[in-house]
Amino acid sequence: MAAATFDTRKHVGVYAEHVSNVSSTDYPGHYPHEDHSWDPDQFRQKCNVQVNRLSNRSIDFDLVGVDASIANAFRRILIAEVPTIAIEQVYVWNNTSVIVDEVLAHRLGLVPLNVDPSFLEFKESPSIQATDRNTLVFKLEVTCTRNRNTPKDVTDPKMLYNNSEVLSSDLRWVPQGEQEEIFAANIPTPSNPNIVLAKLRPGQEVNMELHAVKGVGKDHAKFCAVATASYRLLPLVVLNPEKPIPPSSAHKFQKCFSPGVIRVDPVTKEVSVDEKNLRNESMSREVYRHVEFEDCCQLARVRDHFIFNVESEGFYPPERLLPESIKVMRSKIATIKKAAEGLLASKDSNADVEMAEG
Amino acid sequence: MADATKTTPKIQILKGAAADLSAATYQIFDESHTMGNALRWMLMKNPKVEFCGYSVPHPSENHINVRIQMYDELSSLDALLEALSNLDDLCETVEQKYQDSLATDTYERWEEQS
Repeated sequence: MAAATFDTRKHVGVYAEHVSNVSSTDYPGHYPHEDHSWDPDQFRQKCNVQVNRLSNRSIDFDLVGVDASIANAFRRILIAEVPTIAIEQVYVWNNTSVIVDEVLAHRLGLVPLNVDPSFLEFKESPSIQATDRNTLVFKLEVTCTRNRNTPKDVTDPKMLYNNSEVLSSDLRWVPQGEQEEIFAANIPTPSNPNIVLAKLRPGQEVNMELHAVKGVGKDHAKFCAVATASYRLLPLVVLNPEKPIPPSSAHKFQKCFSPGVIRVDPVTKEVSVDEKNLRNESMSREVYRHVEFEDCCQLARVRDHFIFNVESEGFYPPERLLPESIKVMRSKIATIKKAAEGLLASKDSNADVEMAEG
Repeated sequence: MADATKTTPKIQILKGAAADLSAATYQIFDESHTMGNALRWMLMKNPKVEFCGYSVPHPSENHINVRIQMYDELSSLDALLEALSNLDDLCETVEQKYQDSLATDTYERWEEQS
């Protein structure tokens, strides 16, 4: 691959104290005699999505050829608008543990549940009747007792007592109405059975009824479908052919970057950029601190190359998250479009267009 | 919130719009930067759009304002509708590309403790 050059149209310049060329310029009318208007076929050619790493809990993928506003929309939807199920109401019949009711209720709300949200409807407000279509019911009934069979010298509470901890695995689902059939294939449980919710000692008990509903992350973080969803731009190191690195300081130059980013030829001590490891560059800008490397290289980022990292802790397998966010985005578009078509129809029928008070 | 959702229309045209809608501000209810910025970008991709900008007037008000001004006295409402369907096509393309990449199975797989 030919050595990269800094292109103000494609790259964001990264300097010691500032960044340059941050905004995209690919709009019609920005450059004389250039089109840049929306072209779906051209977009299909330019757009590229590449999955790099996938685990049971996280996914790394590259989204290339889209504007920041689009990549950011997907990221924002992942965090705030992909629906999940979480405990919303806690009815405390008895709680003699040291954790007070409201703190325990809050902890319960944050437990990720392994429930497919598509099986439930939104319960739009607390006043709406809870039904088997919008609410899941769990029971949490744990009583701590003394374990009579432990030897005398044991001090471990787990051996001294039964139920010394209330765990997320103690949540017991109580099917309502049709739910037994609908959730037969995938019984609702917390996705992690080992979350400690409270600690108990003999005589203490927790007895609660929990109602889980469907919600989105913008209402409460407990509904957030992702653990994290973030992107960064692909780093770029542009070497200046006019001013090559002297062989004597090649290794010093190499150490200014993240490991693997800069290659040094073992014989000629010639410096080159490893395209594959370039994405690991931390952009520490260490190279700018050394006077001897002045004008030797330019740090940059590729403006339309987004490196996504999405982690999941709840119901969604990581590879399903981006499709879910695209689904939410498309339904938002459909809602706005329907409303805009309604406006157009009311205008065509010669009625006055509804004007809001500014 | 439920009552507001029922009574407030999804889109309103704010006072001061041109009669032919060649310049208008659309107030879109229950939307944020997520749709505002994406929509603004797609509208700016339209060569017939002279100006497009959006704002979230106040963080505690659940709506955005999208300002569209057109060349040649064209309708901004048509431009808005076109941008919306273009944005939908874009989403479809991204989804397709993602599914294609996921299906190739050339990526690294690993196990993670949660």
